[in-house]
Amino acid sequence: MLGKLDWSAIPFDQPIPLVAGAVVLVAILGVLTWVVVKGHLPYLWSEWITSVDHKRIGVMYILLASVMLLRGGSDAIMMRIQQAVAYQSQGYLPPEHYNQIFSAHGTIMIFFVAMPFVIGLMNLIVPLQLGVRDVAFPTLNSVGFWLTATGALLVNLSLVIGEFARTGWLAFPPLSELSYSPGVGVDYYAWSLQISGVGTLVAGINLVTTVLKLRTRGMNYLRMPMFCWTTLASNLLIVAAFPILTATLAMLLLDRYLGFHFFTNEAGGNVMMFMNLIWAWGHPEVYILVLPAFGIFSEVVSTFSGKALFGYRSMVLATMAICVISFMVWLHHFFTMGAGPDVNAIFGIASMIIAVPTGVKIYNWLFTMYGGRIRFATPMLWAVGFMVTFIIGGLTGVLLAVPPADFMLHNSMFLVAHFHNVIIGGVLFGAFAGFEYWFPKAFGFRLDERWGKLAFWFTFLGFFITFIPLYIAGMLGMTRRMQHYDVAAWRPWMIVAAIGMAVLTIGVICQIMQLVVSIRNREALRDRTGDPWDGRSLEWATSSPPPVFNFAFNPDVRGEDAYWDMKIHAQQQSLERDRPEYQDIEMPRNSPTGFVCAFFATVMGFALIWHIWWMVILGGLGAFATFVVFAWRDHDEYVIPAEEVAAIDRINLEERRSLVSMAGTV
Amino acid sequence: MNLLDPQGPVAAANSTILVDSVFIMLVIVVPTIFAILGFAFWFRASNPKARYQPDFVYSGRVEMVVWAIPALTVILLGGVAWIGSHQLDPAAPVRGTGSPVRIQAVSLDWKWLFIYPDQRIATVNTLTVPAGAELNFQLTSSGVMNTFFIPQLGSMIYTMNGMVTKLNLRADNEGKLQGLSAHFSGDGFPDMMFDVNVVSPLAFPEWVATTAKTDAVLNEDSYKKLMQQGVEKGRPIYRLEDPRLFDLIATQHIPPGPGPELLSDAGRPHSGGHDAR
Repeated sequence: MLGKLDWSAIPFDQPIPLVAGAVVLVAILGVLTWVVVKGHLPYLWSEWITSVDHKRIGVMYILLASVMLLRGGSDAIMMRIQQAVAYQSQGYLPPEHYNQIFSAHGTIMIFFVAMPFVIGLMNLIVPLQLGVRDVAFPTLNSVGFWLTATGALLVNLSLVIGEFARTGWLAFPPLSELSYSPGVGVDYYAWSLQISGVGTLVAGINLVTTVLKLRTRGMNYLRMPMFCWTTLASNLLIVAAFPILTATLAMLLLDRYLGFHFFTNEAGGNVMMFMNLIWAWGHPEVYILVLPAFGIFSEVVSTFSGKALFGYRSMVLATMAICVISFMVWLHHFFTMGAGPDVNAIFGIASMIIAVPTGVKIYNWLFTMYGGRIRFATPMLWAVGFMVTFIIGGLTGVLLAVPPADFMLHNSMFLVAHFHNVIIGGVLFGAFAGFEYWFPKAFGFRLDERWGKLAFWFTFLGFFITFIPLYIAGMLGMTRRMQHYDVAAWRPWMIVAAIGMAVLTIGVICQIMQLVVSIRNREALRDRTGDPWDGRSLEWATSSPPPVFNFAFNPDVRGEDAYWDMKIHAQQQSLERDRPEYQDIEMPRNSPTGFVCAFFATVMGFALIWHIWWMVILGGLGAFATFVVFAWRDHDEYVIPAEEVAAIDRINLEERRSLVSMAGTV
Repeated sequence: MNLLDPQGPVAAANSTILVDSVFIMLVIVVPTIFAILGFAFWFRASNPKARYQPDFVYSGRVEMVVWAIPALTVILLGGVAWIGSHQLDPAAPVRGTGSPVRIQAVSLDWKWLFIYPDQRIATVNTLTVPAGAELNFQLTSSGVMNTFFIPQLGSMIYTMNGMVTKLNLRADNEGKLQGLSAHFSGDGFPDMMFDVNVVSPLAFPEWVATTAKTDAVLNEDSYKKLMQQGVEKGRPIYRLEDPRLFDLIATQHIPPGPGPELLSDAGRPHSGGHDAR
């Protein structure tokens, strides 16, 4: 009846996951009870859960990423403490638990923190920057989000029901094959990623289509803000790379469920094929994450320097060059597999070539600051912190691309320090910069600067105190994923890294405090102009938060930095026109399709993991039926009457008339 | 295990390339970091002396320089990578004194088996080699992937079941070194560290002779016992019955290791050897 599921799946003998699970469960139940008792459920259902508004979906993506950041961060704290204490002893985490933690940490941080964070920011901002009313496929957008949430839910479920993978975040066979990992851990891993991978793929298709097909009048490609370009590049990579991941995991699942032999030791399976396939996705993946961050920094550096981006066309070229070359370097992840010197050298050099456009980007930001009038608001601090940190990550990255150096450093703590250097210093700093920068746009009030700056400094310093010791440990021969060790020379560095982790944790606490303080002081921090930073692109041309239709009139774009241009020339039609002629606006109707579809996907995923076949069929039929019902819908849009548009827009116009006249005098 | 304290020519060449590459890049990186901090500080909004140039958004000369700097650096480093990859290919021969020593390494769950086919002996978790001689490694795995790595001797290489990888090293100085597995392989992975005893060329034959006198015999049966999952705390030594044992493993005539025994039918199998903790 319940497949492999029985009471032994609950880890009664392991207090840590049990207590953590109980706390999370109590927290979720508490929130749910509060929502129901206070009567917020109808609001949540109609305004958020079923919303197809790209801004709402963007916010939910970022919320999901933030919650999962706390989960992934807890894993990181546990790992740092374990390695600080497990010198000549077993520490406090037995191997089967420690191995789950580092596997979950990597999986969560990449798939359920970094990905939803950048996809959320792209969702929130790109349609606004393009001057349009929504993304190309609004309901599909909602489906994408909820499927990502399904994946996150399944990963967390593994904490209390069964186990998570003990194989590392990429589940290399043959270790991840049934003979060496007979538990449900790898199945949790693979099905979570299969389901959320579909979500990511549809989000990618949606954003590519949005950028290519939905741009306002005059917004031709070479007038798009840099964030739109990096969004395009990143989502092209998603569309090209994620099917590889899906296919690779499908093959692994066929091995595990139906006795196939793609990657087994026996019957001609080949583990080297898995290595190639997973990295053919895995390397583009890091650029999927970091390109949007580059876009965010371009916006932030230019806005806070009070200048247009230096070398815009060069930046576009660099972005698209990275997009293409990132597909040609995957082999540098396994120089030590015994490929010949020609192969290693060619992929090593290809990997270095990516450093050229990346270096150009750094210099272009540098010259954007040159001759600027720089305001050091929190987003700009993150941007400057990023530039300094990322260069060091780039240096160690190019070093690892030199095969003979990689022969010494592959899989070492040096490598661990390198990719945290680029992912924290690049992606996470970028996500935080974007969060601080666009928060007023999403919610209509600014974030508290004092707590924001504290959060930056603690995170920045904490990062170096944590990861410089890991670089050094790598130079001392320490490899990654050690549950315990006996080498005295490594010990002090592990202790320093644990202290650094504590500093990083303070940074996260400051970030939470910033949110709490800002929400309490929201009236004082209210932004009535819609343009709190003296911005340059179109998202600042509408109110904060923007109305559901974004723009009463689709703006006309006459050059780069469209909104800056309008402010200088004070010629925005909707502002200058004395008696604007408002028209009815058609917007897509909300739809529960995404949520219902994800509900059935969760049921199906859980049932697949535990081999509960009747439930698999039930979940599959349910998801399909949801799709059919949606496909046969009669009404998919509703009309906002011109009077209502006018009423909303007039308030916005009043607020910003004064601002425009001020900017005109600059 | 300091990478910057090499004990053999391969490690020495690798770490030279490592250090040189870092310095080549630092030449570019350090001024850039200073420029970032300098520009950010000087052009702060509160500095009245800084000239505001909002129209400085394109300069062909600057563009050429910013594309050229990383490009030239990469051309230089690309040369280092190309030459280095060829000279330091793990399978490339390493010159040594005396006759080369053949060693066949097998990664097991979770220990290292070193077979000396010419000396007809085998050891577990301890590798004894003569100083100065070329060491020809052939490597495979009994089941899951591992990576063979002696940090102070140089290049690491994967071990994979059904396949043989090649690595040539040389140890120059007598003494004790440590090696490890550098690819996660399961619950006993951290216990896969092994001792490397570099002895004098004269002491090596003596050690071989002593080892060959042991009663323990390594053949197909004892190998199958050895490959059961578990951690080996001791340093067993064996007489090698059949010098072709490694070939039997590498060609899968001896099937891959069994993995953990499934004690519970639910999702959480107990980890293999109980001594894994």
